[in-house]
Amino acid sequence: MEQNKVVFDEHHVIEHLRHYLPSQAALKDFVHHNTLHGFQHLKFHTALWEASNIFGFRTYLSIDEFRAHYRSGRIKPEILDKVISEHFTKTDNTGAEIEAWKYKILNQNFNLELTSRLFQIRKYWKDSYKFNMDKVVHPWLFRLLSSFLDQGISTWKFPKSDLGFIESLKVLEKNSFISIFKSKRIQDIFLNQNLTISNLLQVLIGDEKYFEQYLFDQQFGHPGWSGFVSVLENQPETLLKYKKISLSEVIFLELLLEIDALDHKFGTKWLPLHTNIDKDLIVPLFEKVPNGELNTLLQIWQEAYEWSYFDGVLSGVRQSSPPKNLQSKPIQGLFCIDDREYSFRRHIEKIDASFETFGTPGFFGVEFYFQPENGKFYTKACPAPVTPTTLIRETNRKSNQKSDPHFNQHSHSLIRGGLISSTMGFWSALKLFINLFKPSISPITAHSFSHMDKHSDLQIEYEGVTDEGLSIGFTPVQMAQRVGNVLRSIGLTRDFAFLVYIVGHGGSSVNNPYYAGYDCGACCGRPGAVNARVFAYMANHKEVRKILDEQGIQIPDSTIFIGAMHDTTRDEIEFYDEIHLSPESQQLHENAIEIFNDALVQNAKERSYRFDTLDSNLPLTKIHKEIKKRSVSIFEPRPEWNHTDNALCIVGRKSVYDTLYLDKRPFINSYDYTMDLDGKYLLTILNAAIPVCGGINLEYYFSRVDQQKLGAGTKLPHNIVGLFAVNTGIDGDLRTGLPSQMIEIHDPVRILYIIEHLPDVVLKTIQSNPNIYEWIKNEWVLLSVKNPIDQQVYRFKDEAFLLYEPIYTLQSANSEKDLLTVLRKEEPVLLTFKN
Amino acid sequence: MENVIHLFFIIPLVGFVLSLLVNNSKEAILSQIAFYTIGTNLLFTLGFSIYWLFQGGKSINLKEFTVYNEQDYNFFIDFFFDRITATYIVVGTIITFMVVKYSRFYLHKDPGYKRYFNTILFFYIGYVLTVMAGNFETLFVGWEILGLSSFLLIAFYRLRYLPVKNAIRVFTIYRIGDIGILLAMWMSHHLWSDNVTFFKLHNYELVHQQLESHSDIGIFISLMILIAATAKSAQLPFSAWLPRAMEGPTPSSAIFYGSLSVHIGAFLLMRTHPFWEHQVSIRWLIAIIGLSTAIITTLIGRVQSTIKGKIAYSSAAQIGFIFVEIAAGLEVLALIHFAGNAFLRTYQLLISPSVITYLIREQFYNYEPSKDKEKNSWIPSRIKNAIFILSLKEWHLESVVFRLIFMPLKKLERMLHIFKYKSVVYLFILVYIIGIYIANSNYGIPHNLRYGLAIAAGIVALLMVAKAYNERSNTLLAWTLVVFAHFYIDLAVTLNDHVDIKEATLYLSGITISGLLGYFCLKSVGISEHNNISLNKFHGFVTKHKLLGFVFLLSCLGIAGFPITTSFLGEDLILTHIHEKQVALAALVSLTFIINGIAVIRIYSRIFLGHYSHNFQNSSDLSI
Repeated sequence: MEQNKVVFDEHHVIEHLRHYLPSQAALKDFVHHNTLHGFQHLKFHTALWEASNIFGFRTYLSIDEFRAHYRSGRIKPEILDKVISEHFTKTDNTGAEIEAWKYKILNQNFNLELTSRLFQIRKYWKDSYKFNMDKVVHPWLFRLLSSFLDQGISTWKFPKSDLGFIESLKVLEKNSFISIFKSKRIQDIFLNQNLTISNLLQVLIGDEKYFEQYLFDQQFGHPGWSGFVSVLENQPETLLKYKKISLSEVIFLELLLEIDALDHKFGTKWLPLHTNIDKDLIVPLFEKVPNGELNTLLQIWQEAYEWSYFDGVLSGVRQSSPPKNLQSKPIQGLFCIDDREYSFRRHIEKIDASFETFGTPGFFGVEFYFQPENGKFYTKACPAPVTPTTLIRETNRKSNQKSDPHFNQHSHSLIRGGLISSTMGFWSALKLFINLFKPSISPITAHSFSHMDKHSDLQIEYEGVTDEGLSIGFTPVQMAQRVGNVLRSIGLTRDFAFLVYIVGHGGSSVNNPYYAGYDCGACCGRPGAVNARVFAYMANHKEVRKILDEQGIQIPDSTIFIGAMHDTTRDEIEFYDEIHLSPESQQLHENAIEIFNDALVQNAKERSYRFDTLDSNLPLTKIHKEIKKRSVSIFEPRPEWNHTDNALCIVGRKSVYDTLYLDKRPFINSYDYTMDLDGKYLLTILNAAIPVCGGINLEYYFSRVDQQKLGAGTKLPHNIVGLFAVNTGIDGDLRTGLPSQMIEIHDPVRILYIIEHLPDVVLKTIQSNPNIYEWIKNEWVLLSVKNPIDQQVYRFKDEAFLLYEPIYTLQSANSEKDLLTVLRKEEPVLLTFKN
Repeated sequence: MENVIHLFFIIPLVGFVLSLLVNNSKEAILSQIAFYTIGTNLLFTLGFSIYWLFQGGKSINLKEFTVYNEQDYNFFIDFFFDRITATYIVVGTIITFMVVKYSRFYLHKDPGYKRYFNTILFFYIGYVLTVMAGNFETLFVGWEILGLSSFLLIAFYRLRYLPVKNAIRVFTIYRIGDIGILLAMWMSHHLWSDNVTFFKLHNYELVHQQLESHSDIGIFISLMILIAATAKSAQLPFSAWLPRAMEGPTPSSAIFYGSLSVHIGAFLLMRTHPFWEHQVSIRWLIAIIGLSTAIITTLIGRVQSTIKGKIAYSSAAQIGFIFVEIAAGLEVLALIHFAGNAFLRTYQLLISPSVITYLIREQFYNYEPSKDKEKNSWIPSRIKNAIFILSLKEWHLESVVFRLIFMPLKKLERMLHIFKYKSVVYLFILVYIIGIYIANSNYGIPHNLRYGLAIAAGIVALLMVAKAYNERSNTLLAWTLVVFAHFYIDLAVTLNDHVDIKEATLYLSGITISGLLGYFCLKSVGISEHNNISLNKFHGFVTKHKLLGFVFLLSCLGIAGFPITTSFLGEDLILTHIHEKQVALAALVSLTFIINGIAVIRIYSRIFLGHYSHNFQNSSDLSI
């Protein structure tokens, strides 16, 4: 018997496959994640190199782009030198060798062809059998899949789809005069024999040692579909209409279709594939990837690119000084850590220094399912990994959904379609005309404010009622716990203002299949209005305040919390439950509204610098109007830039960053280490901030560097499939990742976390959660610490914190005008003028 | 008022030429040129149409200019304006105007911004020419422009495989339609012994008299028109190309396949209506095609799970209805139906990305699981399921056309492995010279023998293009074959009938120039790519060899008889030397023309499109 006989373990192989497939849920639940999650157990650069060599992904910017950045000064010579010398001191290279490397980095031409180990086996169909398997099998497979999974585009539903994918196909096959397959043999196998995947592979391939690799070839021929099915297996609730399907069913069907296609073409007398395989040429998919010079080169460029920016930021952070004891402010606001809220907060504080703002994840520590009035389903309103046990219901909704007959199924039917097209058609022309020349909010807009009706009521108080295992509302103890946690984590336990705004955020857009990606990531891709409102209710609750009081958080009776939501696309704000305001606070509220509105207009202007098609020199109100128009224009594929350019995540007091202008690049979580010396709240913060912000950052990164395989390509030809995904054309694979229009101006750098605390406490904290530590240790996210005691910054490297000495002193802006010259992201700026 | 009619065509032409001159980075200028060009034409169109209505709405015919006139062959451009034209041009201009406005921002930052607007303007010129055409020749020029701009917009994302593959498919179907028109033109030359205008077709007496004596010719012409209309309007059995054409940016899909391009078949029928209206069998045939399309595509549409596929099939179904209305003589209804359907589908396509937001929200509030349960129906489930599967398989429409035409070709090609490059060149040149010598000699070769030789030459030409179409490795061989095929066509026709040297020159000069130019391009690309230019895969050299790619496209158009070289005129001219009874020869020649065009586009696509270089280097093709 052969010594190393390979045994094909079906279950193991499918799990292995699943590990590397894209894991994107339905578009309505768009949640960012690390695109290369399958490689996360490796170091960042190793992972990228391996992923590139195995699957043929582009994982870095091109060398040309790096060199162009170098020439333009974006990548700084000293930083590049430093990265080079750091890299080669480890490997004991001599000075001359280092010089040689530097020459290569700057000038040498390389063979840049991307190679992939995929399709080594499957290509034999084409090479030896002259048979284009993909062309024959894919369209029909995709059709069956999309018809089965469809959520509401087709009029004629897949019969008996509740039985599960293969079962309903069997029922269909059995009860039809026409077969799904072409050959008799397969019809018989499908209906009458209980074959397994390995039985079929035996027929098709013949040699067990190629089975696994063949399945990878096969499934990575359409990673979008396979990945989506794999997600559905673990997360079926991402489809409103439940569908039972598994990856192994898809593989099973695809193998059948392949044999079917071969039978149809060659009769039943073809030889299995292994007879044609030249086994010496096959490189096993996951065999060790040899290191290459290109790898070193790209790695050095990438780090030089990243640190050219980070160096300046850390230089500014090092100069920051601890806060002086300030007087309490009359107005405070809690915002999401989202990078889009950072610039909004910056403008608010600039307009009125007596308005103090904080950042915390936008679900405000309250996790629940939300059910709008008349809603037939629940939506999750907290980060995706959390499973809530509470349901919040909306009642007394005042506004109703309007409808648009253009999506009506009747327009596609024969007779009624005829009547509709010859009558309503003319109305369509008029509508289109209005939409083009005077865009406005319509039933087809995804409008953040309509997620929850401003004037409706919420059932927040628990009254002993449960529904399907979910308790409706929270008890005062539960409320106090959640409110307390948030307040302590951001360091707001005293000096409460008269008014404290809780500002969630959401986005509005039209003609945008990625609309969910514009909302709050901490609320599972939904607008954060309900969370803000619920939190404000809880914090105003008499009993809650009493419990908090016992725990040492004294909220004065005069303090009122107000829920609100910022629409990041339109730069508008909406407030909730304003009737609770006392007459005294009413005036203050009105002042605050004015500040908010000013800040919104300023924010709109700042955003306008990134829109090529909008003139930033227009008057402020005009710019704001144009910004609002974008969000409702059906012809505008870029209503906002979303998380474009995200690069930082700051966890600390405001003094760490308030003298810095960081454009729209940081996520900010307010945190006061003096109230958390042992890092308990820090851990909670990082548990959320690292996967959430890291996931956003890496998804932007990979979609940007490989728009074809890791991103969704340009959005312009996208076609909606079954209401859950997009493809291009009508028979392509599903596209995963972000479309070009969301990431094309993004700078693909990893995110740098800056934590204000003592390095050893931070180290202990991150090491206490292995999942979090994996991200940091493997450098998928970068970490640095601002030590509040010695005022130095430390950089995490090779599992320890080392002192970081910034090379450059930061450019400073002495006036508002200076600031204008650096508005476009290239540099952090030190603000030396008084706001 | 006739003397302003050519402005319809001149305004967009000026815009098109202007926009060719603008640099790709000047987005605002490019889009403004298109916007103001179409906008001006819209105002003009509306103004003209209203004025025309007030003048009583009489049909206008205007002979614009003569392109070629020799003996009894007269090729002239002619314009015609009646209520059909009025409707089509008003609707078309409104839709183009709105789509141009939509695309201004939608296409922002796309590397193909200029290409897009140029193609849209080019398309619009073709559309105007087609709907204003006063004779078959003019219509054919417009028709060809529509076909080419369709190809270019479907393959807009030209480095990706699927768009290119589908563009070739659509081009293939269009090509079949082209030949319908070409043959209809051929036969009507014989029928009228003149280049007849559509205006004349309204003369009942004249048409009636001609058809009385030549009823079989009448049926032939009508059938050819019907083939052309069916192919262009995605009717059975050609319907499956329509959803596959949805590969370009959404607004281009909207204008082409949602609305304008796809209704041109219906236009052709209405335009030639006076010709076939008294042929009852043809009317029935149109109605049957229309009705069966309406039913079948509705069924297919019902199982579509992508939004664009669904809209495409719904549109095809309504056009089926329009065919029925046309057959029934309900022209006004058909025109209203056309306008409504075009507007509706354009809008539905333009807002199609919103379908997720809208329907998910609707479901969220209105979903009732019971509604998804299948209802008991009187149709036995075995039949119902069979129809379901058939509809999912699109009733095999996608493969039926290919199986009919291209499978036999493949089989034919298998016999042709003997063709090697050098032997081919020398042998064919030799045979050709002998052939031409015989053809022009005055030995008393019996008429039948001449015809037999002509058929033989035609078969050789057909084999050549068949080989070229199926060639997988040697690109230069394939190219040489498509060029030679034209010479053999010329030979066949010369053997058959007296072709004077001027006519032959007209035809072959265009071919020769295009052939040499194309050969040079392929050779140059071959040299710089170390001869790695086989046809068994897509190379996508268009970004690397931009200029060569463009020149090669032009030479392909020359070879395919596109109206930019004299070969276009030549193709039409050469056909007049085939007599109306010589159906076999006509079939051979036209089949060769069809496949020739497809083979040429295939070569272009495989060498220049369909593949993006995959390395760490390129960043310019970000959004392909």
